[in-house]
Parts: sequence; C-alpha cells; structure tokens
Amino acid sequence: MSFEYAPAPESRSVVDIASSYGLFIGGEFVEASGGGTFKTVNPATEEVLAEISEAGADDVDRAVRAARAAYEDVWGPMSGRDRAKYLFRIARLVQERSRELAVLETLDNGKPIRESRDVDIPLVAAHFFYHAGWADKLGHAGYGADPRPLGVAAQVIPWNFPLLMLAWKIAPALACGNTVVLKPAETTPLTALAFADICRQADLPPGVVNIITGAGETGRLLVEHPGVDKVAFTGSTEVGKAIMRQVAGSGKRLTLELGGKAANIVFEDAPLDQAIEGVVNGIFFNQGHVCCAGSRLLLQESIAEEAVDALKRRLGTLRLGDPLDKNTDIGAINSAAQLARIDELVSSGEDEGADRWSAPCTLPERGWWFAPTVFTGVTQAHRIAREEIFGPVLSVLTFRTPDEAVEKANNTPYGLSAGVWTEKGSRILWMAERLRAGIVWANTFNRFDPASPFGGYKESGFGREGGIQGLGAYLAVDDAHDVGAGR
Amino acid sequence: MTDRVEVRKTYKLFVGGAFPRSESGRTYEVVAADGTFLANAAKGSRKDGRDAVLAARKGFGAWSAATAYNRGQVLYRVAEIMEGRSAQFASDVMAAEGLDTEAAARQVEAAIDRWVWYAGWTDKLAQVLGSANQVAGPYFNFSVPEPTGVVVAVAPQDSSLLGLVSVIAPIVATGSTVIVIASTARPLPAITLTEALATSDVPGGVINVLTGDPAEIMPWLASHADVNALDLTGVTDADLAVTLEREAAGTVKRVRGPQADHDWYATPSLSRLRSFVETKTVWHPMGT
Repeated sequence: MSFEYAPAPESRSVVDIASSYGLFIGGEFVEASGGGTFKTVNPATEEVLAEISEAGADDVDRAVRAARAAYEDVWGPMSGRDRAKYLFRIARLVQERSRELAVLETLDNGKPIRESRDVDIPLVAAHFFYHAGWADKLGHAGYGADPRPLGVAAQVIPWNFPLLMLAWKIAPALACGNTVVLKPAETTPLTALAFADICRQADLPPGVVNIITGAGETGRLLVEHPGVDKVAFTGSTEVGKAIMRQVAGSGKRLTLELGGKAANIVFEDAPLDQAIEGVVNGIFFNQGHVCCAGSRLLLQESIAEEAVDALKRRLGTLRLGDPLDKNTDIGAINSAAQLARIDELVSSGEDEGADRWSAPCTLPERGWWFAPTVFTGVTQAHRIAREEIFGPVLSVLTFRTPDEAVEKANNTPYGLSAGVWTEKGSRILWMAERLRAGIVWANTFNRFDPASPFGGYKESGFGREGGIQGLGAYLAVDDAHDVGAGR
Repeated sequence: MTDRVEVRKTYKLFVGGAFPRSESGRTYEVVAADGTFLANAAKGSRKDGRDAVLAARKGFGAWSAATAYNRGQVLYRVAEIMEGRSAQFASDVMAAEGLDTEAAARQVEAAIDRWVWYAGWTDKLAQVLGSANQVAGPYFNFSVPEPTGVVVAVAPQDSSLLGLVSVIAPIVATGSTVIVIASTARPLPAITLTEALATSDVPGGVINVLTGDPAEIMPWLASHADVNALDLTGVTDADLAVTLEREAAGTVKRVRGPQADHDWYATPSLSRLRSFVETKTVWHPMGT
C-alpha cells in the first residue's frame, strides 16, 4: 500500500548562489593564481550551480601562510575563553542560517532536504556548540594541565556530508587553538564557501579558517605542504593509504577516517518491524553514501525469509526523487563517477551469482539516480560483500549462532561500525565486546552526536572525532611520539 | 672453583611460548661492552617474523578476552619472577652495557618496577580513557578503550632491559600481543627476560621476542596484513623508519615513531598505553 503525495518542494529562494567563487584565504575571497576553474552541479538535475576556483601550488602556499600567521599572531595566543566565544558565535550563525544551508547542501549534494534540514545542519551547529565549550577547559581533558595546539591543520573532507564533515574538522581544531586550511570535495564545495561567509559574520580573525577548493591534486598539495603540522582526512581507504605514505617521516600528525563495510546483525528475537526500519536507515540513509553504512545485513537463518520480505515491502514505500521535496526519502547519487562505481559493483554482484532485487520506482530522466537495491544469496567471497559500494545497495547474508555472526561481521579489513538487533541485553553487550568496530549501534543505527567519539578500527582509519577522545587529534599530547604522530 | 669450566647458555628466540632457533639456522656474535665474546644469538629471519605473527595472533584471542584484573596479576607475576633472578639480570645488563654493579642493579630494579606500574594500570585505563557520553537524545552511550591487536615493536638499542620492558609492558597491559625485536647489539638481557616470561603466567604468544637485525626483519612485518600496529621506538635509521611507515600504510597500521635518547627512568606518561588502544563507542536507546 502506498499513498500518493502532492509535491512539497522546499523553496530555493532562501539561497543566493554566486555565478563563481574564489578561494577563501586570509579572511577574503581571492582568485586562484592559476586561473583554473571547475563547475559544481546539482546531481538531481545536472544544472550547473556555480563555477569554482581550482587552487594550485601557489594558492595552497598562500593559504598555509595565512593560517600560520593567524596561528602565531592571533589564534594561538588568544585565551581559550575568547576562542570559545567565537565558536559559540559560529554555532548560532549556523542555526540562524540553517534553512539556507540545508537547501544549499541539498542542491549541491543531492541528499533529501529532510536529511540536510533535520540531520546534517542541526549536527553542524551542535558540533560547534559542543567544542566551543571545550576551548577554555582543555586542561581537564586528560592531555596534561596545559595542552598546546599543534599549529596549522590541513583538512580534506568528502562529499557525502559536506558541511557536517567541515564541522567535525574545524570545530575541534579551532577549539584546541589550531588554525586550518580546509579543502571540501570538488563536487560539493558550496556549503564550505557559505561557511566562509559565516566566518566573516562571526568576525573570526582572518586566516584562522581558510577554504581552498579543488580536486585530488589540490588535496595532495595541501597535505604535502611543509608548513602543515597536522593532517586530517575523511574519505576513501585508498586515498587514506596514499596520504599515510605521503606524510611518512614528515613529523605531521595524522588522523584518518576511512571506509567501512558494516554488518547490521539481526537476531531472531529482535522486534522485526523496528529492526527493518533500522536496517533501512542503516543503508539507505543519504543514498548509502555513508562510510559507516550498514551495507551487510546479517540475518539469523530462522527469520531470514520473513525479514527479507518485510525489507522489500518497506523499500517499496520509499520515495525516490526531487531532493528538495520534503517527502523524498532517497535523493540523487552525488556524481556520475559515483553512479558508475555503484553500477560496476552491482554488475559484479549479478555476475558472481547473487540475486538482485531493486525497488520498483521511476527514476527521473535527468540527474544521477539508483533505485534501492537488495542482494540475497550473497557469500562472503562476493565483491558486494567485501568492497565498499557507497550507494543504496544492501547485501544480505545469514548466520546461525552468535559466534558465527561475530565471525562474519569481523571478516573484513574494515572496522568502522556495526549494528546489533536483539531484545537480549546480555547478548548485546557480548556482541558489542567482540565486534571489531569503532561504533556499535545496538537496536539503533546511524546515530551521531558531537559528544560521541567516531572513528574506526583496522583499515577504517585511526583517531577519533568528537567527544573528549577527539580532542587528542588536535593537541600536542604529552608525548610527541604518539600514534598518528607521523613520527 | 676457579678451575671449573662454566656451562654456557644457547640463546634462542622466544615464539609462542617456545624457544626455537632461527629457522634460517643463522647466528651472530654478541660481544660485551668491552669487546669480549658473550654468545652467538639467533639471527631472526623473515620466516621467524611470520611465525611470530602467527603466534601473536593466536595469543590475542584469549589475552584480549582475559579480565583486566587477570592481566594485571600476570604482569605483576613477571615482576615477581624477575625479582628472584635480579642478580642474573644485573650481570647480563652489566656485560651488555658496560655498566658498573650499582648502575646495572638500578636498571634491573627500575625494569621490575615498570612491570608493577603497568600491572596496576590494566584495570584502570578504561576509567581514565573511557567515558559515558551525554548525547542529545534518549540513548545510553559509552566509550571504552580496546586493544589494537598484534603489535610489532623494535626495542631501544641502548637500554637493553629497562627500555625493552618499557616498550612491551604497555602493549600487553591493555590486551594486545607483541613481537619485539630486541636491541641488536645487546640482546642477551631480552633472552633472559624470555626465560622469566616462560616461567611466569604469561600465556604463549602474548610476548614474542626475536633477535637479529630490524632492517632485515621489519620490512616484512611492516607490510604483514595480520599486524595491526608498529612501535618503532628502537629504530635508529631514519630512512628505515620512513620505509616502514610507508609499508604500514598498506593495511593502515598504527605507527608509533622512533624515540632515541629517552630517559627510561622517568615515570611514563599514558602515551604508550594510549598508542595501542582503539576507542569503541556503543549506543543503545533508552525507553520502556
């Protein structure tokens, strides 16, 4: 049964997108020295939104120098109390401009407005508010009585949660007294550039936050710049490994938040409807463009058939389409390149013998889309069970015993997150202890909070973002030889 | 007495709780600080390294699952056994480092005390590094430190016993297991330590000790897919350290950098304990 909904589009009139953007360096927008540009498009319509500057080596150097000067002259010497007030200001400005930021995020990224409005932007504000409070209390965080900042942080973020990832990077860095040069993903630069305007409104001293745009090469130049003291990267495991090689021996501190292939484990005693809601949220939230997505569903054999039926029934009611429509559940795939990767992996699933089912829905003619898809009959050897798809594709496997569930869940080089669904409390804690993953969601999934540390085991990276543990990534902790010191 | 010909010891590796020779059949000459011959130590190979990883992985399951209280008692037991053999340790350290009696005794005492210090940490670290997190919603949310897994360490080249203990004790205290390459020129105190370990309650595979050349063995271990972390404390060649760090990127190993000229007598910070743990965060909804 499904209801017809009248279109309920959010208005675009709250955003004002310029036709072109420069780089935000030293508190002002400047032109890229090389003059290179690229376009950012709305993935739901393929409409060009703006022309973006491509930062080259000279621009990266300028940005790092601006950050260094701001660190030495203003932000480093500033009291924690005053840094806190700037961050509180930013949090408030994000709240005040939340509708505009949500619409802008949806236009540039393709995610449903419901998610950018109710999840992304509120979490951005919360992240700045949480870290603002730390700025003058760092001596209580367990890193020594007077922990010092590291200096200039180079931060490279992905396109799946553009402004939220910016907040995860910038808020702790600034709270701890560092200055930053941040590079947003080339397909989603607009909210980062809007954030530059928020820095202006907050009267943040020039150079404390610098935003440079570009693709992989710009990121590489930034990470490699000798004036950088700290590198923080969120993105693919492949690029994370390349960055680790790049900074080896440089003395730069490093934190990496990389890919995942999370197992969402449903036991036979779990309340099925609730579990299915969680499973759907776990993989189809944000079109599956989530590093901690529950992309492997492990069903206890006795309920597998019933659960797959319930899952398909629920997926049949998801609404795919205009991301600005307030009733939309599944938005657009962020780019043609990502869609091609999803297509390729899904084909491999079919070729390797798994059974594909896709929700019956009409895909819009323009833009990049992928219908929610479920594979059954998946074995652990299949690529769709091993590789991160980063799309709305769920692989279903089964298990008989809790031991087998743990074994299968941990049988991956990744270790970012895991889900457990059962009514039995002792089993939850037993499972939570054995799952080799940085976040375990029990009877829930995909919950985020600035007070809750986030980050992976194994090839999902190292270091944490959020919570008291996350501060360590931006402080000269008691021993410069700590892991992530990059020597 | 002076006429008696002493019985000399064969120095071997310590892997999985056993004392194998190097599978390569090679040894190298170890001399005292004054240049006199001390022993032929086993020259560990790539294969010995791989065997040690196998043993350490096997040991990880039970060791990481043991209660922190239990691990604390096992570490304390090592101190007890060492105390009873302190004369032997002192004479090993004296020969290896050319120290006088007093300085050698001081190092042995500090090494024993270091085990005791870390023994006391096992059941406290989760309270210091962990947290209950006040999230904005009806959820119970907590974070705990968990052991990283199999760690490969290079022991300090200078401090043959205290430096060694200072590196391995914090790794195993939190539940990880370790393969350590002893000081190349001063490996004998490490071998004597393995004899103490074998007669204490440390389960086989939890601490594995290799002797030989880190430049030969480490590249294989840095790229080994079943190793989770590297502790390069005793790597003195800067180029080798960079090479190892690059190799480690292949499986995103945690890397702790080289640390020359450290004062091993200073009370440690939490840095080493923090290096080889992962923070796990668990969420559960609250409701009726």
